[in-house]
Amino acid sequence: MSGPLRILLVDDEAPARARLRELLADCSAEVPSHVVGEAASGVQALSLIPDCQAQLALVDIHMPGMSGIEFARHLQVLEHPPGVIFVTAHDQYAVQAFEVNAIDYLLKPVRRARLAAALGKFAAGGGPEREQLARADPGPRRFFSSAERGRVHLIPVQEVLFLKAELKYVTVRTRQREFLIEDSLSQIEQESGGRFVRVHRNCLVAADFIRGAKRTQAGADDEEGGQWAVLLEGYPEAIPVSRRQWSVIKPMVKR
Amino acid sequence: MNAYKPKSIRQTFGNLPDFHNLGVVTRVLLAANFAGLIAALLRSADLREVVEQFARIATTLEPSLLAALVCLHALDRWLRRLGYLPGLGIVMLVAAALAAGVAAALKELGLGQADAAWSAGYALLLCAMLAVYFSLRERAFSPALAEARLQALQARIRPHFLFNSINAVLSLLRRDPRRAETALEDMAELFRSVMTDSRDLVTLDEELTLTRRYLDLEHLRLGDRLMVAWSVDPLCGPALLPPMLLQPLVENAVYHGIEPGTEPGRIEISVRRAGDQLRLELFNPYWPEHQHRQGNRMALANIGERLALHFDVEASLETSIVENRFRILISLPWRTVGQGKS
Repeated sequence: MSGPLRILLVDDEAPARARLRELLADCSAEVPSHVVGEAASGVQALSLIPDCQAQLALVDIHMPGMSGIEFARHLQVLEHPPGVIFVTAHDQYAVQAFEVNAIDYLLKPVRRARLAAALGKFAAGGGPEREQLARADPGPRRFFSSAERGRVHLIPVQEVLFLKAELKYVTVRTRQREFLIEDSLSQIEQESGGRFVRVHRNCLVAADFIRGAKRTQAGADDEEGGQWAVLLEGYPEAIPVSRRQWSVIKPMVKR
Repeated sequence: MNAYKPKSIRQTFGNLPDFHNLGVVTRVLLAANFAGLIAALLRSADLREVVEQFARIATTLEPSLLAALVCLHALDRWLRRLGYLPGLGIVMLVAAALAAGVAAALKELGLGQADAAWSAGYALLLCAMLAVYFSLRERAFSPALAEARLQALQARIRPHFLFNSINAVLSLLRRDPRRAETALEDMAELFRSVMTDSRDLVTLDEELTLTRRYLDLEHLRLGDRLMVAWSVDPLCGPALLPPMLLQPLVENAVYHGIEPGTEPGRIEISVRRAGDQLRLELFNPYWPEHQHRQGNRMALANIGERLALHFDVEASLETSIVENRFRILISLPWRTVGQGKS
């Protein structure tokens, strides 16, 4: 693409955004750029993304609501996500993770020369990849994300009843509706730290929403036979539990 | 442990114990009675005799011990000005005189048979043993004090705050150089306090000024997200407290209470006197999901340790969660500049 680099600034502190604007202006001789938007949080930034047509986001890591790393991961559901360069004042864990996963980052206060170099490197090679970001994210995530007509739609994790794998995609079900996401069930299970439990090879449910269980197939005897299903708060259908997982789920069911 | 002594003497001999301190008084009472019990054991052949002997010793020991503690409590400030060795001399003189006096008086009244000279001798021996104990105890705690100071240095100014503040000042340099100057001056003052020897007490007014400087810096970067409600009894201004007690607590409140929120949050700070105690109370919004952020416990443990080093059992730090707000209450003995301790 030609023309100045279209940049979105994401930082919860206004002075930090102002400083980046100054620095971008300072290095415009080497890398011409244009700030197309500013956001004080990841959620706000995602709402700006399709309209501002940013090519690159400069993102603070330590932000309330959603960390910069989680924001960058949600961007990846878009077909043509803008690139990301992280900026941080002091976050030794994030910095370590970036080093390990070869993700470029800037330290605050940012030096003009360092910023120009990072912009040049981005223009040459693009931003971090989905897998690199997933490995660098200390989690736990606050949202699932789904692409809808070029926008990132966010689904708060605490609203999710269950997740089901179907062919290529995973369906996320909330009380209102369902969404398609691209993450894998096993990764979500691992990251969630116990929030989501596996009831079946292709299904995770939110442990907090389990309200009961019922028998779907009359078993020959109590111990071995019989197929169980869990009931979730605010959802009409029962979710089948595999025999193998029933021993894990049984103690969670309040009788 | 006290702020009134010239440094050279403190370094050679340490300090006289603080006779206003409950912990010191308790330790003296326990030690003296324990010594009495040992003496009773040595003098007697069987258990019944021990009780008898101890009762006999106690008739002389208890009145003279209590009288000595009352005298030393009254003389405390004066003793402190004398310095360690002369002060210790006076303490021993007082103890010996009182023991001899009590023994003589009891004999005169026919209530006891203890010899005045022997009693004075025991008192001197007890004083010497206690002096050794207290000086050893202070020496044992001194490295801890230095270590606590070092630890405090690391815990107090978070790198996160430092770099973000420098960044905020950089953003001001071109647009508003005067405000940038003020911000740098505030930072200099904050760091000066951090790097000062934390043994000497400061007034509440000084600590409040420092905390306000710190909050000005935080306002610079957090803007309207940071709201602070002060309620400080103006009469508490001259009260003495360990330096850097309030500021780190407020920094903690900003880091754990304000920064995790997308909406503006409020910190409430109140300072008042309750009897012979100075009470500091702090509220900030509580975010349970952010408890994994490291540093909170460390900062609080650090302050608790410093309070203990300064005031022994007479100060306390409590935390609780009240209606989604994190609450810290600190009580410490009321002291002011002019009167020393009262």
